[in-house]
Amino acid sequence: MANLNINIGKLQLKNPVMTASGTFGYGPEFSDFFDVSRIGGIFVKGTTLRDRQGNAYPRMAETPSGMLNAVGLQNKGVDYFINHILPTVKDIDTNIIVNVSGSTINDYIETAEKLNSIEKIPAIELNISCPNVKEGGMAFGTSCLSAAQVVKEVRRAYQKELIVKLSPNVTDISEIALAVEAEGADSVSLINTLLGMAIDSEKRKPVLSTITGGLSGPAVKPIALRMVWQVANSVKIPVIGMGGIMNAADAIEFLLAGASAIQIGTANFIDPTVAIKVLDGINEYLDRHGFQSVTEIIGALEV
Amino acid sequence: MKKFMLDLIIKKNEVLNDQYSLLILSSSEKLPEMLPGQFAEVRVDNSPTTFLRRPISINYVDYEANELWLLIQIVGDGTKKMCELKAGNTLNLVFPLGNTFTFPENKDAKILLVGGGVGIAPLLFWGSYLKERGYNCNFVLGGRSKENLLQLCEFERFGNVYTTTEDGSHGEKGFVTQHSLLKASNFDYIFTCGPTPMMKAVAAYATQTKAFCEVSLENTMACGFGACLCCVTDTTEGHLCVCTEGPVFNITKLKWQI
Ligand SMILES: Cc1cc2nc3c(=O)[nH]c(=O)nc-3n(C[C@H](O)[C@H](O)[C@H](O)COP(=O)(O)OP(=O)(O)OC[C@H]3O[C@@H](n4cnc5c(N)ncnc54)[C@H](O)[C@@H]3O)c2cc1C
Ligand SMILES: Cc1cc2nc3c(=O)[nH]c(=O)nc-3n(C[C@H](O)[C@H](O)[C@H](O)COP(=O)(O)O)c2cc1C
Ligand code: FES
Repeated sequence: MANLNINIGKLQLKNPVMTASGTFGYGPEFSDFFDVSRIGGIFVKGTTLRDRQGNAYPRMAETPSGMLNAVGLQNKGVDYFINHILPTVKDIDTNIIVNVSGSTINDYIETAEKLNSIEKIPAIELNISCPNVKEGGMAFGTSCLSAAQVVKEVRRAYQKELIVKLSPNVTDISEIALAVEAEGADSVSLINTLLGMAIDSEKRKPVLSTITGGLSGPAVKPIALRMVWQVANSVKIPVIGMGGIMNAADAIEFLLAGASAIQIGTANFIDPTVAIKVLDGINEYLDRHGFQSVTEIIGALEV
Repeated sequence: MKKFMLDLIIKKNEVLNDQYSLLILSSSEKLPEMLPGQFAEVRVDNSPTTFLRRPISINYVDYEANELWLLIQIVGDGTKKMCELKAGNTLNLVFPLGNTFTFPENKDAKILLVGGGVGIAPLLFWGSYLKERGYNCNFVLGGRSKENLLQLCEFERFGNVYTTTEDGSHGEKGFVTQHSLLKASNFDYIFTCGPTPMMKAVAAYATQTKAFCEVSLENTMACGFGACLCCVTDTTEGHLCVCTEGPVFNITKLKWQI
């Protein structure tokens, strides 16, 4: 069996398979299906300074090989997370990483500060790429200037591993990645969802209450793979890849393109045990090709 | 209650008419315990346009025969492909999901179960449960036409059955809430599942007559077990997931305009 350990900056992973924010709850939702401690990490739901109700129903539309969501960061706020949710996940023996969102730079800073002192949380993922909120969110992640500014401010307030989650809704994602790297991001993760739309022709109405929403699932995989490859070839910090991963072969493609680890999102809804299958599949692939360590395939694409 | 992902075997596909099928599923192992009101998320393998699982109510469980029943109405390709399955095929389910109905406090409570269309599905299991525990149920089942009235013989095993059809082809003509039984009697407990306008009319009747009333919602879902937050309904406690806090809700909790 090959060595699956991998480091993302200061963050140590027992393996490169993690689950994406907003698609895995807080972890316990999946514990009936498999031992969630076996995976490399769990990115919990987007967390904000204060309680958010999210957008009105309907928030979901199925699309060809994917789905649109417009959840809008429903969560009970960072204090509730620390006081009530964290105690229920503290025994999960893997990295619990909080996805931090905000409407203003101050929101991001205050939320990050509160999480900095929490021992169980080794990293945060700065979500500057949510397409489903009116203020903040993606607005920060679609210009180099604002992305750099929010990362700079949060960097001052947060000492542990700072992962910045990038938006694919930009012309040149490498530019944004370079901008956040320059301001002290320890790593980047990509992609968040692509802005999309669905219409009910019978009713002549949008399907989602917010009209537009974020596209995820296999439909976005080729775009995600291209962006991971571009970013991995531009920055020096580690890259975490995601977007449409349904099986081990998909995950391996992201590793070959230059991702040091991957996250699985939408696939968890269809097969709640998919993360374990991806992990076993990566193992099998490494053995079959005679690799001693997963690090040997990271960025090993031959072009 | 522990959730499972299992491949079940189709023992029988009973085609009820061109719109509805009853899938009788079984397993080589003992089926897990399930409660009335709960549902399964069904994977549809042979439909290229069906990406997500489909939520389907547990229609009935026969633990002795180790059978689980799903009643399916064809509305799109996912449900169409489910109805095309044959005995011996397998169907992958994530279940049991969601909550259950509330037991009435005393055995002499006057209980009414109101179902419309395929919304009758969870009421059969609930009716069987109530009957087994010594309660008496009245069912008012409605549909557009007699083709939309399903499983009437099954319901008759568990209580008194009354029907309505919009075209008058079976039972009283009109909507379920116009049935004479509702005018003639008062009920302590009302449980309902069906199209939203029907459930709202039942909720209005329950409010007027001061009955305890629970409805089973059918919001669109992506996961079915609390991971995505796509299925919310607005309640007095804010947005709650229909898949974990429901699908059964007391009407006093819902922010419905009735
Ligand atoms: C908790 C729960 C229990 C359910 N129980 C049953 C059941 O026992 N038997 C049964 O036949 N159906 C049940 N449904 C509804 C069923 O899930 C949908 O009909 C199914 O998902 C449609 O899939 P499709 O691929 O055939 O149609 P699609 O192609 O997805 O949709 C076809 C049409 O149906 C509409 N539709 C899709 N999903 C829903 C929905 N959830 N509610 C209302 N309209 C919808 C769409 O808007 C569209 O117009 C239940 C739904 C929920 C949430
Ligand atoms: C229902 C849903 C909710 C999501 N919520 C969040 C969130 O709160 N924060 C975030 O950064 N990304 C969120 N995402 C995006 C995912 O984390 C991921 O970036 C995206 O779905 C692409 O991966 P996938 O194709 O494997 O799903 C959400 C995605 C879905 C489908
Ligand atoms: S359907 Fe995913 S949380 Fe309810």
